Amino acid sequence: MFQTAAPMTKSGIGDSPPRPDGAAKVSGAARYADDISLPGMWFGATLRSPHPHARIRSLRWHSERAPEGVVQVTAADLPGPNGVQLLDDSWPILADGVVRHVAEPVALVAAPTRIAAQEALAAFEVEYEPLPAILSIEEALSLPPLYELAMESGQPGDLDAAFARADRVIEGEVRTGLQEHIYIECQGMIAWMEEGTLHALGSMQCPYYVHKALTHAFDLADERVRVRASVVGGGFGGKEDFPSALSIHAALLARACGKPVKMIYDRHEDIIGTSKRHPAIVRHRSGVDRDGHLLALDIEILMDGGAYTTLSPVVLSRALLHSFGPYRCGAVRVRGKVVRTHTTPNSAFRGFGAPQVELAIERQMDRIGRALGLDPYEIRDRNVVEAGDRLPTGQVLDASTSARACLEEVERRTGFRARWRAIEAARAALPEGQDGAPRPGIGLALYFHGAGFTGNGERRMKSPVTARLLEDGRIEIATAMTDMGQGCAIVFPQMAAAAAGVGLEDLAFAEPDTGDVPDSGPTVASRTTMIVGGVIVRAVTEIRDRVRAAARPQECFRETARRLRAERPVEVTLHHEPPEWQTFDESTYRGAAYPTYAWGADVAEVEVDPDTLAVRPVRVTAVCEIGRAIHPVLCAGQIQGGTLQAVGWALLEEIKMKDGHYLNDRMATYIIPTIEDSPRIDVHLLESGWEGGPFGAKGVGELPMDGGAPAILQAIENATGIVPTAVPATPERLLEWSRLEGGRS
Amino acid sequence: MSTTFTINGREVKVAGNPMERLLDLLRGPLGLPGTKEGCGEGECGACTVLLDGVPVLSCLVPLVQCAGRSVETVEAITADGKAKEMLDRLVAAGGVQCGACTPGFVVSAWALLQENPTPDRAEVRRALAGNLCRCTGYEGILNALCGERPG
Repeated sequence: MFQTAAPMTKSGIGDSPPRPDGAAKVSGAARYADDISLPGMWFGATLRSPHPHARIRSLRWHSERAPEGVVQVTAADLPGPNGVQLLDDSWPILADGVVRHVAEPVALVAAPTRIAAQEALAAFEVEYEPLPAILSIEEALSLPPLYELAMESGQPGDLDAAFARADRVIEGEVRTGLQEHIYIECQGMIAWMEEGTLHALGSMQCPYYVHKALTHAFDLADERVRVRASVVGGGFGGKEDFPSALSIHAALLARACGKPVKMIYDRHEDIIGTSKRHPAIVRHRSGVDRDGHLLALDIEILMDGGAYTTLSPVVLSRALLHSFGPYRCGAVRVRGKVVRTHTTPNSAFRGFGAPQVELAIERQMDRIGRALGLDPYEIRDRNVVEAGDRLPTGQVLDASTSARACLEEVERRTGFRARWRAIEAARAALPEGQDGAPRPGIGLALYFHGAGFTGNGERRMKSPVTARLLEDGRIEIATAMTDMGQGCAIVFPQMAAAAAGVGLEDLAFAEPDTGDVPDSGPTVASRTTMIVGGVIVRAVTEIRDRVRAAARPQECFRETARRLRAERPVEVTLHHEPPEWQTFDESTYRGAAYPTYAWGADVAEVEVDPDTLAVRPVRVTAVCEIGRAIHPVLCAGQIQGGTLQAVGWALLEEIKMKDGHYLNDRMATYIIPTIEDSPRIDVHLLESGWEGGPFGAKGVGELPMDGGAPAILQAIENATGIVPTAVPATPERLLEWSRLEGGRS
Repeated sequence: MSTTFTINGREVKVAGNPMERLLDLLRGPLGLPGTKEGCGEGECGACTVLLDGVPVLSCLVPLVQCAGRSVETVEAITADGKAKEMLDRLVAAGGVQCGACTPGFVVSAWALLQENPTPDRAEVRRALAGNLCRCTGYEGILNALCGERPG
């Protein structure tokens, strides 16, 4: 059933043609937001709060202190509601009366040059009255949360009964901190008015989110706002919601000065002002029988949402639905809260709530394994879900369920079990700290990721996609998806070419422009290839059939298409239709929260310096089942890049805070892995083919973020005996844990 | 005060502040936006250019430091086809995703290949340690420059 890596096929599916934006990117010709200059363009800058929580007593603009002609905007100047429209509009465009986090935008200025705009900020005088600030999850617990969710499998009472049957009850806690996206291109947006239409052009994942935010803030009809994505220099979720706010800022200034206004954040401003991965505390209480089978899981998830709602409710929802891991369990209860603190709002980041909870369940499985004398492979092998099993939501897992296949394949490739056991035995035999040589360690993690929007999101979104003939006879695919590096600008044409039975040269990919493409949804949630790609295949097939039906003898596809198009426009718009069986009750959390899941197993190898406890990640072997790899090189690239972000999160990356201010708020102090810090990352793709996906494809983008960290932490434990319970597992933390009672395994 | 130096083979004479960043001159008045700003403090390498053939971070180079010297940017390195094989390999091996770091990598890698046309993985790692990529996990870049098969 499983094969490793697809062979080259005539259809082009499973082939890895060069990405069309590659040549422009390597030569420096690709134009990102900051590379674009419009005639007469001005530059914007933002005045930000220096306090985590304060009343604005007064906000005064001293025009005599500013360069002549400079314009300024405060909350008093807003033309509509003071809210960035996302799930709701509770996130203020500009602070009005109260600031609720450090770096919250208070006012804006625009000037003819970037330097003049920065200098003009000094013309504001703000008097703040500091108020008490809530800065941690613990402090926030006594206050109403931003959002709360709970789910329970089976019937009331099942959980208690399952715990009563358990031979052992094991508890544990995992903590994670703020992770910053560090897309290499910072946030950037240009806005201008042209013939009564408001234009925004910039770096974004979701052109229609920006469109919706602009129509809401300026009370404009849909057709009077046009949003285009420039080349996007990385997103990882960080350009899902924030560009909506930035586009409003740039548009407010453009309206005030009557010129195009460009706003580009420098790295420091980008770090202090934009969202991060939610810090989390995840607590597990598990009931198991003496053979290590899970009987009961009681899980509590606490996340720090920061000052405003952003996308936190859906992050929490995804967290609930991944918290039980790829394991069978009779009775499960999960309770989750996103608390409100006086910190920069946290929001989407690759994985979207799943990495925190999957780290927690994996550490819990390790804890259970230790308690019962089972190795990490054995405890997983005894509990892993298989096709036909039911998740705690009641969803019956489909035939492509591949957790066991991943587990077995990664074992086959790495010899994990024997190596883990040998290191455990050697550690037991070696008196502590005598030889000084680096200690090897090996760790295993099993993970999964639901592809597409959670619950009924895709049903609501509908995701229209248009396929149309161009005058030259090529088929153009029009979607709102942005290529932020992941490669939909080649993967979409590949799927379309295969569906139409034509070559890549017969395909065109429309630039994401709300004036030209339908709202096929945001470029998020590992949905682009699987959901939008699926609609593309159907729409292009319909175009193909029309062209074929009109074909004259000896005429090639392109000739027929050109002739048809010369007669009249040929265009097909289709919507995503989730399968009828995929229903989800959002009040009870019963049903199929995702149409399918991608699966993975990682083995991480590390070396730990016994004196300094510095950890060197040596190699990660990632076995991932993603249905079908349309473009294996890009697919592997997603897994390699996501794995390294997970390794960074496991070992290095965390924003520290003092009095509500980020301490490491620049790239000199917020450290991501360099090429020298990085492990070798070996990717092995399993392709079971999922019948619901285009050519069998499932989503892949976020999956690798769920696996790397728990594998690294288990490897550290294997090397040292120290039990890591948080990320990043820095030498300081390892030393601290080693001194705790029960801190060693 | 003015500073005279060569950029991409052309002599330029710049009046004004000798402490202006080379990066700003390139991206602004000279119209060479291929060189990117990722951090502005010498950490990420996106703004790497060659100064007398040696990779430097143009966000940390004041114009005065360029006086009488030769600067080469990604535009020049990739202009005449001399780097085509390396560039094609970078794209084919998955060494390019979002592309924001890519010009810096191209400049550093080009400098490395001038010195050492067949570097091994350790040599590539050392030469590119000053260039950060957030997309690829570096595997595609390493595979491209070491001539290894992708995946």
